[in-house]
Amino acid sequence: MNQRASRFAGSTRVLPGFGLSMGISVLFISLVLLLPITGLFGQLAGLSLAEYWAIITEGRVVASYMVTIGAAAVAALVNAVFGLLLAWVLVRYEFPGKRLLDALMDLPFALPTAVAGITLATLYAGSGWMGKLLEPTGFQVAYTWVGIALAMAFTSIPFVVRTVQPVLEDLPAEVDEAAMSLGATDGVAFRRVIMPHLWPALVTGTGLAFVRSLGEFGAIIFIAGNMPYETEITALMIFVKLQEYDYAGASAIASVVLFVSLALLLAINVWQGRFVRRLHGGKG
Amino acid sequence: MTLPALFRRSVLAIALGASIATPAMAQERELLNSSYDIARELFSAINPEFEAWWQEEHGEEISVNQSHGGSSAQARAILQGLRADVVTFNQVTDVQVLADAGLVAEDWQQAFENNASPYYSTTAFLVRKDNPKGIESWDDLVKEDVSVVFPNPKTSGNGRYTYLAAWGFADQAFDGDEEQIQDFMRTFLANVSVFDTGGRGATTSFIERGIGDVLISFESEVNNIRSEYGSDDYEVVVPPVSILAEFPVAVVEQNAERNGTSDLARSYLEFLYREDTQRLLAGFNYRVHDETVVEEFADQFPETELFNVEDVFGSWDEAMETHFEGGALLDQLQRR
Repeated sequence: MNQRASRFAGSTRVLPGFGLSMGISVLFISLVLLLPITGLFGQLAGLSLAEYWAIITEGRVVASYMVTIGAAAVAALVNAVFGLLLAWVLVRYEFPGKRLLDALMDLPFALPTAVAGITLATLYAGSGWMGKLLEPTGFQVAYTWVGIALAMAFTSIPFVVRTVQPVLEDLPAEVDEAAMSLGATDGVAFRRVIMPHLWPALVTGTGLAFVRSLGEFGAIIFIAGNMPYETEITALMIFVKLQEYDYAGASAIASVVLFVSLALLLAINVWQGRFVRRLHGGKG
Repeated sequence: MTLPALFRRSVLAIALGASIATPAMAQERELLNSSYDIARELFSAINPEFEAWWQEEHGEEISVNQSHGGSSAQARAILQGLRADVVTFNQVTDVQVLADAGLVAEDWQQAFENNASPYYSTTAFLVRKDNPKGIESWDDLVKEDVSVVFPNPKTSGNGRYTYLAAWGFADQAFDGDEEQIQDFMRTFLANVSVFDTGGRGATTSFIERGIGDVLISFESEVNNIRSEYGSDDYEVVVPPVSILAEFPVAVVEQNAERNGTSDLARSYLEFLYREDTQRLLAGFNYRVHDETVVEEFADQFPETELFNVEDVFGSWDEAMETHFEGGALLDQLQRR
């Protein structure tokens, strides 16, 4: 007790229960996050560095990185634009059916992704409603990388909307009114006054959407066509390795996805910290 | 309520609960059959027959449970601890994995007749009404205007059979000339329009999405699809030369011993060889060995020349190694 008191002496913490809640948090993180990741790396232990390198740089696997990252980037950018717009509409306007639209936003989270994939493939295949309209124009969605990006965009749009929405809600309409009363045009008020507040949330949301798309399997597999070197995603390569009882190979490819995701999320966090400090005129 | 009363009540509740629970636990033995994805309907038909037969022979009530999934995924689940007593797979390699891990006897292929394969099938084609592209055999599939659908050999045993069947055909047609075989295979693979991960996915692409001129799958499966989706819209073509697809069975001895079901497990698999069961299997469009049944169903199964994986590729292990592993022939043939 004494020791604890002295350790925290001088700290400004007023809420009790830090020890207990922190303990539970660490335990939970360990069980739910760290343990599976440790398991993943445990599988890797059987590989030499050369073998590891050979697996993750195999031609077909590299082609799948390109497809996955390219499609995920397109999906994330599209979601950044339309997610922002959706969040804006949901926060700033009143209209009938607003609650319904708000609830619909979470549908991609609630729907099993395989169902989403099958539905999208049915719609966009040559015989489907959308496919019938698009195919004569020579624009093929199903079984091309466009279909992959579409499936990714569908499953990850809530990330953007749900991260931007609360920030917009905290930003009262008076802020843009003030800007405009001081002589800013619509464009300037949006760019110089509103966007700086939204950037961190928008970038985080887009980053999460991107990372989510990297790992998506169920929704994509039905619409991708899975042609080698053209429309094979990295998650499929992992699945293939598992089918071959090659756990180490599957873990090796999975670790690449994991590293890319972690690096990106970390980079966003660091950038966000700097951005917020600059925004509020901090010392940084 | 006083404390003693509460106590009495809970004792009563526990006793009551126990008396309800006991009959269910009264040693009714259960058998778990781990099987491949598309065998759900088949074993739903066989299991009640076996349960009734066992009851009659031994006066013991038992129940057979099913678990279905991709054959390799099922084998993986057993490796990781699923306590299945018997496996009925569509992939020799998936049983072999269990044998290599010591869960199944090493000589499992000798434990039952016909390489432990109570029924078999081959790879056949499903084409659209009136066969507009005139597809009769494997060499029709490499024509420029033909588009082919079959599951990815990387993820599906069904797809692997198709690949090996085409290779076996080319091997015969070109007299083993490796270069010509590879050219044939390259064109064949390039004609594939969608690579679904499993057999049912490929069926959806062909039927629901209208993709491709021909769907390649097990003969049993294409016949079932045809009867399900309308015999007027599709035709089944069995090529004159194709591969023998075995459906291997085995007792997972370690599990059966632990579950106390060794006798049950063995009888269950032997039951698959009985005439009545063979008739039932033939009804599901599988080819069988029982001679009476073979004669009865002679019209249903066109005569074809079937070759073994072992005859053309040496063994399953060799076939996997030279064709399907990362960077092996399949990868090379698909490289652009």
